[in-house]
Amino acid sequence: MKDGIEQPTRLVNIRNISGLHGIRETEQGLTIGPLTTLAEISDHPLIQSQYQILADACGHAATPHIRNMATVGGNLLQRVQCWYYRSSDFQCIRKGKDLCFAFDGLNQYHAIMEYATCPSVAPSSAAVALLGLNASVELSSAKRGKRTVGIRELYVVPDANPTKFTVIEPDELLTAIVIPKPAPGTRSAYQKYGEKESFDWAIADAGVVLEMDGDVCRRAVITMGAASPVVRRSPQAEAALAGKPITQETARAAGKVAVEGAQPLSGNAYKLDLFPVAVYRTILLAAGQRDRDPSAAG
Amino acid sequence: MTKPPIDDALVAQAAAPTKKTVQMPIGVPGYTLTEESREVPTTEPPVWPINKDLKYVGQSIERYDGQAKVTGRARYTSDVQLPGMLYAKFVNASVPHAKIVSIDTSAAERCPGVRGVHVIQHVLGNAVLRDPALDPVKYPVVRYAGQPVAAVAATTPAMAEEAAALVKVRYDASPFVVDLDKARAPDAPDVFPGAADEEGSAGGGGGPSNVKQTGNIHGPSIHRRGETDQGFKDADVIVEGHYVTQVQTHSALETHGVVADWKPELLTVWASTQGTASVREELAGFFKIPLTQVRVITEFMGGGFGAKFGAGNPGVVAAALSKKTGAPVRLMLDREEEHLSVGNRPSSDQTLRIGAKKDGTITAIHLVAYGTAGCGTGAGCSGPAANLYQSASLHTEENDVFINAGPASAMRAPGHPQGAFALEQTIDDLAVKLGMEPIDLRDKADTHPVRRVERQIVRESDIWKSRNQVAGADQGPIKRGVGLAQSVWYRFVSMNSSAEVRIHKDGSLEVLSGVQDIGSGIKTVMAQILAEQFGVPPSQIAVKIGDTNYAEGPNSGGSVTTLSLTPAVRDAAWQASQKFLADIAPALGTTSDDVVLVDGEVRSRSGKFEPVSFRRAAGKMTTSQIAVQAKRVSDYDPKKYLTYGGVDVAEVEVDTELGRIHVRRVLSVHDCGRPMNPTQVISQINGGIIQGISYTLLENRLLDPVYGLMVNPDLEQYKIVGSREIPDIDVRLVEAYIGQSSTDASGIGEAAGVVSIGAAIGNAVYNAIGVRVRRTPMTPDVVLAALRAPAQGKELA
Repeated sequence: MKDGIEQPTRLVNIRNISGLHGIRETEQGLTIGPLTTLAEISDHPLIQSQYQILADACGHAATPHIRNMATVGGNLLQRVQCWYYRSSDFQCIRKGKDLCFAFDGLNQYHAIMEYATCPSVAPSSAAVALLGLNASVELSSAKRGKRTVGIRELYVVPDANPTKFTVIEPDELLTAIVIPKPAPGTRSAYQKYGEKESFDWAIADAGVVLEMDGDVCRRAVITMGAASPVVRRSPQAEAALAGKPITQETARAAGKVAVEGAQPLSGNAYKLDLFPVAVYRTILLAAGQRDRDPSAAG
Repeated sequence: MTKPPIDDALVAQAAAPTKKTVQMPIGVPGYTLTEESREVPTTEPPVWPINKDLKYVGQSIERYDGQAKVTGRARYTSDVQLPGMLYAKFVNASVPHAKIVSIDTSAAERCPGVRGVHVIQHVLGNAVLRDPALDPVKYPVVRYAGQPVAAVAATTPAMAEEAAALVKVRYDASPFVVDLDKARAPDAPDVFPGAADEEGSAGGGGGPSNVKQTGNIHGPSIHRRGETDQGFKDADVIVEGHYVTQVQTHSALETHGVVADWKPELLTVWASTQGTASVREELAGFFKIPLTQVRVITEFMGGGFGAKFGAGNPGVVAAALSKKTGAPVRLMLDREEEHLSVGNRPSSDQTLRIGAKKDGTITAIHLVAYGTAGCGTGAGCSGPAANLYQSASLHTEENDVFINAGPASAMRAPGHPQGAFALEQTIDDLAVKLGMEPIDLRDKADTHPVRRVERQIVRESDIWKSRNQVAGADQGPIKRGVGLAQSVWYRFVSMNSSAEVRIHKDGSLEVLSGVQDIGSGIKTVMAQILAEQFGVPPSQIAVKIGDTNYAEGPNSGGSVTTLSLTPAVRDAAWQASQKFLADIAPALGTTSDDVVLVDGEVRSRSGKFEPVSFRRAAGKMTTSQIAVQAKRVSDYDPKKYLTYGGVDVAEVEVDTELGRIHVRRVLSVHDCGRPMNPTQVISQINGGIIQGISYTLLENRLLDPVYGLMVNPDLEQYKIVGSREIPDIDVRLVEAYIGQSSTDASGIGEAAGVVSIGAAIGNAVYNAIGVRVRRTPMTPDVVLAALRAPAQGKELA
């Protein structure tokens, strides 16, 4: 609204709906109300011990001040940070016009994959973690009742519809985030790298969920946010780990293939160097073989 | 008509004051302390000893208004609320280069709440055509996106904003250029149709006038000392490097703005300014009214860094709207306007070559520099190359390159962070080539006596001892390194520096000056000086500043404030105390030569009376108030000690896989004459280091190449260091007495780390990875590119 993109005639305060707030442990896993703050999630003992990737993502978004106020629902549904989209001087394809200004303009923070229509990148750290955890969201409509969609399916890729950012309809509200219980032996982590350590958007990030069977990785989920317009998994990186022990070598190999097929824009080829590092270091962090990177944004 | 005879008495009064000879401490206590004699006016107070022998001056007295600032009690310009006050909003150009065909204000004027609309006829800040006839148009030509075009005043900020959006400006767009390299090309669009110059400001903005201009290239401005051709022939070793630095914006916490209240008899302006006098001067000049008809008030201000001299467009437009509407008008810029239209630090593109003998004697320094100050000038950056080292010969060429971007203004040590970034890395390159320690080479080539002491302190420090003997020696992807760089700044004195000291009969004391506190803490220092003179705690002194109704104060730029004003304050305090003693002596039954003021007591030298407290003694004054105004006395020996500076050491970690640089520790060793309040000096150095790290690693004004608009005009994508980027900063203040005034203070704002930290980081990065990063900001893409294809310093010898 402050960027002049939306000018709604009516705003409804949902902050005081207590049913939309809180973290509940269920037999199937966790249910998190969308009004739960990022700080509440990152500070939660159960999330810290069993859903580490989510604690990491929520605990390293924005700043401590913002994390104390900002909700996970708001984090998931935030619009892209592309400076052309956010500027009232540029009327771009995501605002219903014809042009994308980033292709010929300044695009050092933009996407390296899956950006045919718009190369803005997925802004939500929480989404990178929740995709790794195979979470879904509950959408509720007074008329049509409830439906459940996966995190990946929540987002509309700009190639399909550039002005529709999520599948949420005008009469729907995000009412819950549902996270299945991780399989036994699961270890996970998320790391985000910015130009700054304090309060910066990711230039590279990685979410890693490893289902371990002793020393061997039974199954891996590798997710990225700042590579593409919506959060994505890297099947190549996941395949590189499946059935293998986690070592420097396997982690680096997975990192390397995570950017397979990436096509940098004029100003962001350096991201092809960053993502493999973000991925391999976060794999080692999840596996307990490496400390959190001191340079991963705070 | 015959002239009346000249009155001899008047002539005698105007004659030069008589002089006395005094001995003054000179040098650095513990290292080089000695004495020199000075001839000073007889009206000057006794010489102060070094700080350890003073009671209040030289002590870290708590900031005078610190509590008011942290509790929100301090009233800044944007806090000023006047009855009937209107809110103004600029209408800014939406295109980077155009002639304005028409401006239709009718819809805006019809808006509810709108009281006045002002269309700008003279835009301030841009360079001015030598031949104004080349711009034969009604409205100022738009030379950058964001240039103010008009303004609207309304009863609420929202109404003003809404109405401003309804002002219709029709543009006749011209080709534009927003990139330094493209602007230098022969076929580049011309920013100006002819030669144009920008006058300098009090803080050192602007550039040389009447130099050659070819297309967008305004220059070169050439300075020579000796023959560099011969100097390079005499050299055993030559190093050369190409350095590129970006445009930085001042990004002070408080944006530019004023509240202007135009009354027929007096224009009163509350301004966020670093020069109350400069605002008054510009407004009086612009509106052609006498100085007596303008009053400027700045009790608190939230940062200027060189961009806040004069009334500028906001001040002039707010005053015009106030005149037109008959109501007070507030005009505060928003953050986007702050980035676009009120100044920046110019970029630089420097090719620097240095020749030296095997023993480190520098034979030649040759600098060719380009830089853009937008549609202004002032990108010169040869200061460090010309003033830091002894060199048998010197040749500098400075060029301003016009682009369609907001004009630069002075910014904290204009030209020096850019110049030192190139110079101090090239000196390190030279050390490598000569096989010398960088600190030994500097001992050879830099004869400044205080920096020699500062380097000695660095030599003995843990951080310097932890430097890699072989660059890039660390194993693993994260490599640590240490580097140093030096800074230089100059002793500028503003003679427009006066203060008034008042002693009241109840024993209370006040000191007044028009000076504003840009943040250095001048109020505290003024209180300390009176405390020292009268022997009462500084908290009991009333300090009143930031008002042109008081004795004239200096504009705060060029690090002049403390060194210019404090001698006037001390002289006024001393002279007031002498007047006071003479006044009360009869009541104490003695003569003025028998009474002295010591430690807050009036005492009799001969023991004629028991010591009496200053407060009780004040009760014996024959009038209700004794007031003395004193003006700055010239430096005692203005030919000596013209520069000062410091040595900064950075320890970095470079993540060679991510291209990230983390500054871990900084040691900052600096001098500023007599430090009047060490904590406040250290605060300024901390700030300079932090601002310099931010410049070196992050900040960057980004202009879209296709549309010429800034894409990051906020504080989110315009990246400034946060708490996690701030290293441990260890400041060692070096007291360096130079015998120049009754306080012997110098300045610190510019020399405070901001000049040298960028090069210190560059040298530390080289020490860490064995590769030079010659470009700022050193973001991951830049560092990774340097690692992939290291730009080797050309070897010419």
